[in-house]
Amino acid sequence: MKNDRGDIELAGVCKSFDGATYVVDGVNLKIADGAYCCFIGPSGCGKTTILRMIAGHEDPTAGEIVIGGQNVVGLAPVQRRTAMMFQSYALFPHLTVRENIAFALRVRGMSKTDRLRAADAMIEKVRLSQFADRLPAQLSGGQQQRVALARAAITEPRVLLLDEPLSALDEQLRVQMRQELRRMQRELGITFIHVTHTQLEAIALADLVVVMEQGKIKQAGPARDVYAHPHDRYVAEFMGGQNVLSGRVEKVNGASFTLAQAAPDGIEVPLQARPTVSVGDKVDIAVRRDDVALVRPGKDLPPGCTTSLPSRVLAIEYQGYFVKVMLDTVPDDEFVAYVPEKTFFADPFTVGDVVMATWATGSALPLA
Amino acid sequence: MQPSPAQSPTSSRSNLAGWLYVSPLVLVLVPFFVAPMLVVLAASFFATDGFGGLTPGFTLASYVEVLHSALTLKLYLATIKFTVLTWIFTLIIGFFVAYFLVFHVRNQLLAIGLFLLCTVPFWTSNIIRMISWIPLLGKEGLINQALLGMGVIRQPLEVLLFSDLAVVIAYVHQLTIFMIVPIFNSMARIDKKLIEAAIDAGASRFDIMRLIVVPMSKSGIALGTIFVVSIVMGDFFVVKVMSGGGSASVVSAFYEDVGVLQYPTAAASAVLLTLVLVAIVSLILRTVDIRQEITR
Repeated sequence: MKNDRGDIELAGVCKSFDGATYVVDGVNLKIADGAYCCFIGPSGCGKTTILRMIAGHEDPTAGEIVIGGQNVVGLAPVQRRTAMMFQSYALFPHLTVRENIAFALRVRGMSKTDRLRAADAMIEKVRLSQFADRLPAQLSGGQQQRVALARAAITEPRVLLLDEPLSALDEQLRVQMRQELRRMQRELGITFIHVTHTQLEAIALADLVVVMEQGKIKQAGPARDVYAHPHDRYVAEFMGGQNVLSGRVEKVNGASFTLAQAAPDGIEVPLQARPTVSVGDKVDIAVRRDDVALVRPGKDLPPGCTTSLPSRVLAIEYQGYFVKVMLDTVPDDEFVAYVPEKTFFADPFTVGDVVMATWATGSALPLA
Repeated sequence: MQPSPAQSPTSSRSNLAGWLYVSPLVLVLVPFFVAPMLVVLAASFFATDGFGGLTPGFTLASYVEVLHSALTLKLYLATIKFTVLTWIFTLIIGFFVAYFLVFHVRNQLLAIGLFLLCTVPFWTSNIIRMISWIPLLGKEGLINQALLGMGVIRQPLEVLLFSDLAVVIAYVHQLTIFMIVPIFNSMARIDKKLIEAAIDAGASRFDIMRLIVVPMSKSGIALGTIFVVSIVMGDFFVVKVMSGGGSASVVSAFYEDVGVLQYPTAAASAVLLTLVLVAIVSLILRTVDIRQEITR
């Protein structure tokens, strides 16, 4: 009986190419069947190696890769029923779109009429019907990407692996193809694993975002969790949208603690996620850039705000629906406020102005 | 569209630049290729007094003689036999050597080293390379000695040297490199990701070779074929030496004609051979669009 479950479990997966340094270092992860999972991290963090190990193009040095309840280490890609979409697509340049898409069926020994019919159905699905007889070189980047997707999907794999599928496209097309990937994933109803280094891409697409650094998983969870509640400084900085501040704990009182800072009264932080904080500890906290409000000195703070940090405006960037204001609030780290466009232009600041940066106390997040 | 007055001097200057770019090639080709061809072409229509004296004129007598001779057909058949055999063996050996170097030798430095090793035989002259077959293939040669020693044969094999077999062996030895180089070149440009994509699709090693590597090496195969075919068909020396005079080829026949001062017949044979080769090469170029493959 054919096992169509595409749930994946990585257990203690390690990979070393030279026997000394580990590119992937003890990765444990569960990916549900039919999930859209994004691996994200800087180049060299091991995300592509994990993808290639799941695909069967690389063997793990240690650990197990389980797909649909079966350990697939050592099996060929066909036996795993995975399919990979390569970075820059790796389309066969001497074959037409139709022949490219039918390739996997051809090597499986399907008859010519059957495989061309199946390929045409798939071509229809990716809306390339009028290009079926062209060579890859005669297609645009977006069309090539769709051919690559169709070629990978035609074997009805239970897992589709995508290696930086959007990196070869320009910005506008990238957003468009992002939608298309998601649509295809829903239509096919199979597990997609997508490797990227663009955090916007990851949170826009994924059910499960996996943030990696140096061969290790830093945080894995739903996109909103990872973006809004980063575990640590690395994830907060990598995912962006957060200001990270650090300091020593000055006092702990009930449900919150106070972080010593340049501010006269320190920074008050709720204790939620870090119950074990004692005076003197060095702690990082994160404050979302869009939670920061800017108030002119001497004016009242908005309700709920107990902390205010005097800062000077370093630079202002207009971003359309919001304005990015860069401040010198903390000496070593950058501190940015995303001010809604209308709020900003009601009382615009200029570079060099002194402002008070403040936020609702409850929105400060202590990091691990 | 109105031509602007400034346009004509610019275009004549770019014309001049164009001529300058092609001039080195023209300077080589005109005296060393076009002129001799024209001389041969002219000579093929001249009459002869039979003692090397040429009478300028226009007669087709030499062509009639060459085309009517039963020997011509026999010589062409013999030459084509050598060509086809050499082509098959150089193609098979050249393809697999290139395939090995490109897809199996992981270390690029090693691949380049092995590639250079293929050129080692060319560090000596053609004649020495041919002579060096004698101690190997001769009656008292290594192969015969070994076979005798093992008791496989009682009499030394005469067919090894000074035979058609020896001719083909010498050709294959000389010309395989002309297959390896262009095939290696076109194979080396195959993106390794394509092979991986084919494996991902479930292709076997044989499928990959049949559906990816061979079609994508077509231009190299065609180029190598042109080299090998034109060299074998235009050669007489190897046939002469390695067959011990027992076999002849088209060129060896008109070399004999030159020896007995029959210049117009020799010239007519040469023109005929050139036409045959042009036909073969254009046939190859029609099947494989080398220019398109190379620029891709």
